[in-house]
Amino acid sequence: MNRHTLAILVHNRFGVLNRVTSMFRRRRFNIESLTVSETETAAYSRITVVFDGDDGSKEQLIHQLYKLPDVVMVRELDREATVSCELLLIKLANVAGEPRNDILDAAGAFEAKIMEYSRDAIILRLVGDTQLIDNFIDLMRDYEILESCRTGVISLSRGKSTMRDDIA
Amino acid sequence: MLLQGSEIVVRTLIEQGVEVVFGFPGATVIDIYDALLAHKEEIHHVLVAHEQGAAHAADGFARATGKPGVCLATSGPGSTNLVTGIAASFMDSTPLVIITGNVATTQIGTDSFQEIDITGVTLPITKHNYFVEDVAELADTMCEAFVLACSGRPGPVLVDIAKDVQQAVGEFEPRPAVVVEEPSLWDVSQLEAAAACINACHRPLVYFGGGIVAASAEDEVLELAERVDAPLACSLMGLSAVPTAHPRFLGMEGMHGRYAATMAMKNADCIIALGCRFNDRSTGDRERFGAAVHIVHVDIDGSEISKTTSDDFGLVGDVRLVLAALMPLLEQADHRGWRELVAKLRADEASQTDTRGGLTPRSALIAADATRPRGSVVVTDVGQHQMWAAQYLSFDRPRSFVTNGGLGAMGFGLPAAIGASLASGMRTLLVVGDGGFGMSLHEMATAVSVEAPITILLMNNGTLGMVRQWQTLFYEKRHAATTLTGYRRTNYVALARAFGADGMRVDTLEALQKALDAAAHVTGPYLIDCAIDADELVLPMMAPAGALDDIIVRAEDVR
Repeated sequence: MNRHTLAILVHNRFGVLNRVTSMFRRRRFNIESLTVSETETAAYSRITVVFDGDDGSKEQLIHQLYKLPDVVMVRELDREATVSCELLLIKLANVAGEPRNDILDAAGAFEAKIMEYSRDAIILRLVGDTQLIDNFIDLMRDYEILESCRTGVISLSRGKSTMRDDIA
Repeated sequence: MLLQGSEIVVRTLIEQGVEVVFGFPGATVIDIYDALLAHKEEIHHVLVAHEQGAAHAADGFARATGKPGVCLATSGPGSTNLVTGIAASFMDSTPLVIITGNVATTQIGTDSFQEIDITGVTLPITKHNYFVEDVAELADTMCEAFVLACSGRPGPVLVDIAKDVQQAVGEFEPRPAVVVEEPSLWDVSQLEAAAACINACHRPLVYFGGGIVAASAEDEVLELAERVDAPLACSLMGLSAVPTAHPRFLGMEGMHGRYAATMAMKNADCIIALGCRFNDRSTGDRERFGAAVHIVHVDIDGSEISKTTSDDFGLVGDVRLVLAALMPLLEQADHRGWRELVAKLRADEASQTDTRGGLTPRSALIAADATRPRGSVVVTDVGQHQMWAAQYLSFDRPRSFVTNGGLGAMGFGLPAAIGASLASGMRTLLVVGDGGFGMSLHEMATAVSVEAPITILLMNNGTLGMVRQWQTLFYEKRHAATTLTGYRRTNYVALARAFGADGMRVDTLEALQKALDAAAHVTGPYLIDCAIDADELVLPMMAPAGALDDIIVRAEDVR
């Protein structure tokens, strides 16, 4: 089992995300994270998928993706040649009278930004790779996490090339 | 020119060369039916009894011709009734264009009367689907649907059209029939390695599936088998692609395949697999399948390579083109030892032949086969009779065997036979069991309406035979819910007469021959209620998840 990151360029149409995720579900692909967003052109949306599997299941996933008429391009993103990150928002309980310096120190060490600091809650924002965010959440478990969410990975390959270059 | 949406739908069908549409009207397709009425000289509409029959009939038409089948249904229950038929087409990769009406765009999403999200429902069982909510996109979408249904690996494509889109007026430019994507080679980077593997092997087997029929690659397959000196075996979907009587042809392999074909698969050292997908019914236990064999797998769909088996080499592209590229790299082979082994397997198979006299599944099918016109189509339903038909019938041209392999949908037979008989214009033999016939017998009404020339060989064993066989073999003969004799009291000949057809009950081979002769002189459908013993088994049988040589050959081995 290896972790793979795929970028998928799809037609920017109603229901395309549903088509892609429906295929993942029925073929039982083990998806770790999935993000979707608009791109530099209105014609395409970009889906970034991180999943765990052997090379065979990666090949299978790519082939199955290309069978969907709305999928324009699939590219496997190699960790070394890719800039990747994700975004975390985490809300911690703030208790009046207790010093919170340890939380703020950790936030400082991770370069997390304080988005809210109120009488009863602290919201932190952290941008980084998956490991960094995992580590930060782990550290925050010493305190009371009220809720958290993260975006999943987004990635771009390094250098000038784009996925659109590969569209014949 | 400006045309109403419903008129655009029908004009695009005419442009695509569609001659027959199978359907059933309803509130959200009245406009399309109105346009069909105006064009009734150009398009023959066949009114079915149930929408599932429309999908199966269109599918039967497509399988018999290779042209896209077209069916039409209204929103809500009309569209959900299509689902089994769409899935049957999807699993066997047949070109189907399904048109459904839906409620007006202003009502979509409000759970209005007979509103169903049919594009959502059919997402996993269509090659692609569309919801048309703007008349400006209607003609293009219809054309795209035909291109997709017929290009590459064929499949069903559904176009769901809101009622107000059918009523709106839009610009329409007449255009020629859409051009299906040119066959192409997608990935043949392993061509030379595959050729080297084939050249180095000693016991090659050419194994093919329905992809050969879709690509019309029958001649290339035979040429390949001659070049590499290999026997030929096929999956259920490959049947009829190669003449059954061809000296290299061993028949269908797999769970109920012919002995020599399955054993050749077991003994081969290189399987050249063409347009097939190594379904579990073909391979048996995958851990034990192909471990000692090289597999060269050719398919137009790259996802089939190594999907279920460990393929050594995958060649992706139109199988005709791949074989054309492969042939120059292959040496003329002469595998004498292998030919002798295969000949021995054939002799073993011949010695196992069921030679009982009287009316047996084999004798009934051989009689029916001898009576049918040359080049005519055989359609089956799903179950024991389907496997007997696959084992005992003889085919002389591609597309002359229509059967539902992947989904295994009982009820497929009768409506598919209606479609296939209208497509071929020849008397069509439908082989069906009493269980499956019960699932779509209402389409007798349709068969009579259009005088579909079908000889219905109802192999009536008074049981749901295939399940009963499993119960007999693997559930200590606990025949739960599979015995129909004494439970149902259906008189099938009277039933045929009630629908306006005729038929005969037979329980001897002589009576069957008389009935077959009578059927040959009827214009429309004719039903032969043929008595079959409830304890007949389909043999050989590879145990579910068993290995290829783990085969029950004789009935005596069971009891």
